[in-house]
Amino acid sequence: MPAELSPLENPAPQLQEQLLIQRIRDGEHELFYELIRPYERRLFAAAYAILRNDADAEDATQEAVLKAFKHIRQFRAEAKFSTWLTQITINEARMRKRKEHASLMEPIVKDEGEGGTYTPRDFADWREIPSEALERKEVREKLAEALASLGQIYREVFVLRDMQQLSIDETAKVLGISTASVKTRLLRARLMLRDLLAPGLGGGWSKQLFFEKGTKPW
Amino acid sequence: MVVNCEEVWREVSNYLDGEVEPGLRTAIEEHVRGCKRCAAVLEGTRNVIHLYGDERMLEVPLGFGRRLERRLSEESAPRTRRSFLGWLVAAAAAALVAGAIELTRSQPGPPALRSEHAQPAVGIPPGMMVVVAEEGRTFHVPGCKFIHDKANLRTIAASEAIREGYAPCIRCLKKYLMTTVGSKTDGADEKFESV
Repeated sequence: MPAELSPLENPAPQLQEQLLIQRIRDGEHELFYELIRPYERRLFAAAYAILRNDADAEDATQEAVLKAFKHIRQFRAEAKFSTWLTQITINEARMRKRKEHASLMEPIVKDEGEGGTYTPRDFADWREIPSEALERKEVREKLAEALASLGQIYREVFVLRDMQQLSIDETAKVLGISTASVKTRLLRARLMLRDLLAPGLGGGWSKQLFFEKGTKPW
Repeated sequence: MVVNCEEVWREVSNYLDGEVEPGLRTAIEEHVRGCKRCAAVLEGTRNVIHLYGDERMLEVPLGFGRRLERRLSEESAPRTRRSFLGWLVAAAAAALVAGAIELTRSQPGPPALRSEHAQPAVGIPPGMMVVVAEEGRTFHVPGCKFIHDKANLRTIAASEAIREGYAPCIRCLKKYLMTTVGSKTDGADEKFESV
């Protein structure tokens, strides 16, 4: 019975996933949503990293999931299903981006000396933003806004590596770039975000938010 | 091994990913202990990774999963004659159930009227524009004197009003009633019959 399947709660999730894929290939198409459900939010985040728009990211995710369904027979068992799925989503989002010529709107930072050393701008003592702050919508929005302000090549790498927790190798594979490029872009993305959220610069926002709440977490 | 600030900035990401060799790791840690600026960079970067890595950052629009599931089920369902027949059977079954419910309510037949005392209409031009009140039970010709709730009026097609269960006003739409209601007419009735 499809309702009994819960692939990610099982002690051997990958094995369960393989079984699920086999059943779908054998004709139990209704199980496909069960298969992709654990990844749907991550797929949306990947599409959003490229398109920066809820509606477009949702469309791209839906389209990518449908493509994955139609081509499930092409998925090779030795690969990781989530990586395959993410790759399809990234390709779909990139294709849409190209079609819309939206790259014209990319921030200038995109080509800003990718290979060079990034010099941090803020050196004030870092005031830790605790995880509990993420309960607040304003904090999540501020973080999303900072991420959206990076160039696409940095957003892609950062979202896959730090939000989806893909390995360096997987990130490189999904994006079709070298692991060295992943590392370089990741460093820059992380440092740029740190600067954007630093207490001495944009970070004043977090101080204000917490004072509004009446607490001082640092 | 000794590293300077620039080298720390260049390696901070690899350091946090555990991708630096032990010698370099020790050198970075040594440097950071004595350099407030690099400590701020390292701690800030660690904090950034920690925050963005939180599940709560993976927000999706409301109803995202439901829409995805629906789209998937629409497109993955085999488009065969059998499934179409299945749909027909389901639709017929739903109609039967709906009919049974209507029967238990002792309604004369669809469409169910909002007022059990109202009379169904016959021959009303479907496209004729009529007005209805949200909480009302009858539809009227615009301007009818017998509209009770004049504050919340909607102008819609007669067909739509009938579909929503509104019954024709026995005054302004008298000529369309199945049975004659009342034996007397007043001036207002005559006036609206020509609309």
